[in-house]
Amino acid sequence: MTSIQSTARKRSTPTRPGDRIFRGTSVAAALTILATLAGVALFLTVEGIPGVLASPDEVKHGTTFIDYVVPLVFGTLLAAVLALAMAIPVAIGVALYISHYAPRRLAATLGYVIDLLAAVPSVVYGVWGISFLATALVPVYGWLERTLGFIPLFAGPASATGRTILTASIVLAVMVLPVITALCREIFLQTPRLHEEAALALGATRWEMAKLAIFPYARSGIISASMLGLGRALGETMAVAMVLSASGVITVNLISSTNPSTIAANIALTFNEATGLTVNALIASGLVLFLLTFLVNFAARAIVERRKDFSGAN
Amino acid sequence: MTSTMQSPTSSPTPSPEIAQSLRGRSLPTWAPKAFGAAAVALALVGVFGPVGFWLVFVAWLVAAVIPLWSMIVEGRRKATDRFVTLLVTTAFVIALFPLGSILTTVVSRGAPVLGSEFFTYSMRNIVGEGGGIYHALMGTLLITAAAAAISVPIGLFTAIYLIEYGEGKRLARWIRFLVDVMTGIPSIVAGLFAYALFVIFFGPGVRMGIGGAVALSVLMIPVVVRSCEEMLKLVPNELREASYALGVPKWRTIVKVVLPTALAGIVTGVTLAVARVIGETAPLLIIAGLTDSVNFNLFDGRMATLPVFTYFSIITPGVPPGPSIERAWGAALVLLIIVMLLNLAARLVSYFFSPKGER
Repeated sequence: MTSIQSTARKRSTPTRPGDRIFRGTSVAAALTILATLAGVALFLTVEGIPGVLASPDEVKHGTTFIDYVVPLVFGTLLAAVLALAMAIPVAIGVALYISHYAPRRLAATLGYVIDLLAAVPSVVYGVWGISFLATALVPVYGWLERTLGFIPLFAGPASATGRTILTASIVLAVMVLPVITALCREIFLQTPRLHEEAALALGATRWEMAKLAIFPYARSGIISASMLGLGRALGETMAVAMVLSASGVITVNLISSTNPSTIAANIALTFNEATGLTVNALIASGLVLFLLTFLVNFAARAIVERRKDFSGAN
Repeated sequence: MTSTMQSPTSSPTPSPEIAQSLRGRSLPTWAPKAFGAAAVALALVGVFGPVGFWLVFVAWLVAAVIPLWSMIVEGRRKATDRFVTLLVTTAFVIALFPLGSILTTVVSRGAPVLGSEFFTYSMRNIVGEGGGIYHALMGTLLITAAAAAISVPIGLFTAIYLIEYGEGKRLARWIRFLVDVMTGIPSIVAGLFAYALFVIFFGPGVRMGIGGAVALSVLMIPVVVRSCEEMLKLVPNELREASYALGVPKWRTIVKVVLPTALAGIVTGVTLAVARVIGETAPLLIIAGLTDSVNFNLFDGRMATLPVFTYFSIITPGVPPGPSIERAWGAALVLLIIVMLLNLAARLVSYFFSPKGER
């Protein structure tokens, strides 16, 4: 029986040149991706190492690489974390509204409307942030300084242009909002119908149903969506570069005119004037950013992967 | 069973008093709708009307009457439920504000700038007023087209490998993981990669349109792979098996059966990927730079693009700043229109051309 089958198979699949070429092309394409990522890591490292090793008097910023990059990492994390603190609650609310509260007929359309936010190019966000949002927030910052000035976050003096790290974080929050919303919405919609109906049948109100059925089911999904949003906020360049007036300090004062810069914004702002080893230092800081976002994304995927089997949220 | 059904004394509906006591007291059904409508009207007046933005907060307070009233009449649990409904709706309205604000500012400040000169002139030898975005528009179209020409074949063939050839293989698992990693690459890092790559061949300070295309491809390939993979997954296995049963070779099955079935989805995915990268600024700032003249050669020197042009027009407006900032708004509007049209086109393609039953 087996011998008949094997001979039959041998006869029915002759090696056709077309098949071999097509298969070879697709494997080559897949390997290109491997090569590209290896290339990103390799070229950034090769070009970055001289920048890391450069002595302070060889580069424009005049410090060692560690002293140069630490304030930037701080600024990057601060802006991203602030943005997420604002975006996550709103995103969960919006996702819940679209998935469970909005009228059924409108829900898909409202989803598209929020997705439009994701389509707006980052440079447009920058233009909007610098000329509309920053000026609109100046009086708000003055008020924050007067009433909440005793908190170090709002110690002031309030910026006269409104181009502070808080403004940049608000723009970032708007930019990551559609990303987190879209993922959360998908996960909320996957909640088993029977769980929801069981909760309602026991007399739960709609909010209690959400607490009992939706959130426990979606928890890992919400966490990973937030981390993917964090990865996005860490790497976002233009909006921060345009909105923030940065001076490379480490401070938690959110509303003053001296703000920490972020890695990505710093590269965008200084790359065109940079020469020699300064370029290498900038590339090295880019490598640091790459590793940072890689770790965050990796953690997010790991959470999804770990919970996938029993939650269905991916 | 039948005996309980036939008991003649009990009426099928309880008396009104008993029903009332069982249900508990509740708000009249018109109340949430009425207060919601009043709040929406007030908020609209606050946003568009002459009174002031503070009216939006008044509107929210009006809507907040419902949970308070419910607290008194219906008790804590129902009140919490109504309050959460209010919060969730508020979150959605908050999300609408930036969208509305961006669209209205960009359209109102960009629309007056658009004219025939704006689209047909470059910025060569222009100081102050006049000039246009012809060079930037051409640069954006050329670089994005080149990026698509690089990414679509690589992305599509990778997806074909993952679905048709790589099932269960270790290489396929690795490629899937790496595509995920690639999705997370910050755009500025893609620009630095293209720069670091081109420096090896052309020396320090290199600026080139094709470098921008390479950087954009790094961002575009994972999006294309992802969407094509999803679409190829949707092609029913029966179609492939039917084709094999007729003795058609595997590669002709893919070309003639699998790809045509998934074509609408693939076109949608590619269009969305193009829409995503056409607005990218950071990588082009690094590797393509900016020039005032028209440059049609991807392999020779600096090339202006719309996002970079917008960025420099508003960051370094020169003296007097007015005309340059106006041009920035105009360019931002053109960019926004292009992106929105691409998104719309993608939706229309997927709506009209996807196989029936998958919508």
